[in-house]
Amino acid sequence: MTPVVALDAVPRIRRGVKCTYDQIRAAHVVLFPEGVLVLNETAASVVSLCDGTRSVGDIALALGDEYDGVEPEDIAGLVARLVDRRVVDVDG
Amino acid sequence: MAEAPFGLLAELTHRCPLQCGYCSNPVELVRRDAELSTEDWLRVFDQARALGALQIHLSGGEPLLRPDLPELVAHANSLGCYVNLVTSGVGLSRDRLRDLASRGVDHVQLSLQDATRAGNDRIAGIKAFDRKVQAASFVREEGLPLTVNTVLHRQNLDNIAGLIAMAEEMGAERLELANTQYYGWALRNRAVLLPTRAQLAHAGPVVAAAQDRLRGRMEIVYVIADYHEAHPKPCMYGWGARQLTVAPNGDVLPCPAATVISSLRIENVREASLHDIWYSSPSFNAFRGFDWMQDPCRSCPRKEVDFGGCRCQAFQLTGDAAATDPVCSLSPDRSTVDLILATEMAPAEVPAMAMRKMR
Ligand code: SF4
Ligand code: SF4
Repeated sequence: MTPVVALDAVPRIRRGVKCTYDQIRAAHVVLFPEGVLVLNETAASVVSLCDGTRSVGDIALALGDEYDGVEPEDIAGLVARLVDRRVVDVDG
Repeated sequence: MAEAPFGLLAELTHRCPLQCGYCSNPVELVRRDAELSTEDWLRVFDQARALGALQIHLSGGEPLLRPDLPELVAHANSLGCYVNLVTSGVGLSRDRLRDLASRGVDHVQLSLQDATRAGNDRIAGIKAFDRKVQAASFVREEGLPLTVNTVLHRQNLDNIAGLIAMAEEMGAERLELANTQYYGWALRNRAVLLPTRAQLAHAGPVVAAAQDRLRGRMEIVYVIADYHEAHPKPCMYGWGARQLTVAPNGDVLPCPAATVISSLRIENVREASLHDIWYSSPSFNAFRGFDWMQDPCRSCPRKEVDFGGCRCQAFQLTGDAAATDPVCSLSPDRSTVDLILATEMAPAEVPAMAMRKMR
């Protein structure tokens, strides 16, 4: 079950989770105790903004400058999947 | 062609202060003088990273028994890998952990044999409980995430609630409760370890309730007791799909237990590169994909989920590593497992546990 994440929720990378760039796969990756997540470009941008200060809405706004057609609901959905995989926590 | 691996399980040594009778190391343990050198391991890490591995699990035996552990940690970290230390906790002083953390350990996985001091130390064969509790407190102090690992069996399943409470008390973020898999040492001790149906029926709901209660605080992973199930547990993400194991002597294994498949020719890092072994060796290609399967697996829709179950178990119980895992209710050999359950789950005379030791 994927949790629902509100637009004012503030996501933060969990303790013990490492974000890095993998030259071999030419992709951003998230490393955590139970596995590896290979990120596409949008997901990588979202993860880099999960800093514990920005809300989901803020992240959508920030990304709107970079990408066309960013919907806050899509960001919320992506964050929800990251919560599910125990990559980020949300408060608020 | 196979995809690149994500992880390397580096079994740095088979030496261990504990003697658990279900140890996943092979019955023929690698002796110290046959262990890879520091240079060998550094090269193995380089090759693993070049191949695509992003996680290095430093395991054993007890990895703390390798004096070069700090150097190996630092190297794995410098390659950009996630470094996971898999330990019994025995020998993990505050200073050692602080040093290892500063060199790049990202996560600690600590074994716990049972919920109480007496139970834990009986299964481990040495007084280890207090040192584990202490090790957990050092991990917490250091701010590293902690996973507690417990192998479940007839001797500790009744204490499942206590085990969960203990992991909570230790400050674990994850708890892995894995029912024993019967290869090597555990196969030897199966008649002492096989849980009863009543035990499993009791444990299931306790675990489920705790998973609910602790959601967001401590994740609990429960691995089923496959002899009692109608379908096998999945073999990793498939054979040779995500991870490779390097044994203390440099043997490269598609699965940590693969040495039980005596028909498999195992390659060694002293003779070939990890790249060649991963992509081209007969052992890694033996059970990749679905073409090696026979019926009933070949025509079964569940093969995408469980990959036909465990190759090691198939070999050990049927003599054919490409057979359907005999715990599967569709396997023609399921009666073998039922017979084992009937005779060993409640033996008239429970044998003594054979403690793990080097010969
Ligand atoms: S073959 Fe068996 S022991 Fe090996 S990884 Fe697969 S399920 Fe596990
Ligand atoms: S027949 Fe094979 S694929 Fe189907 S459930 Fe059994 S083990 Fe899995």
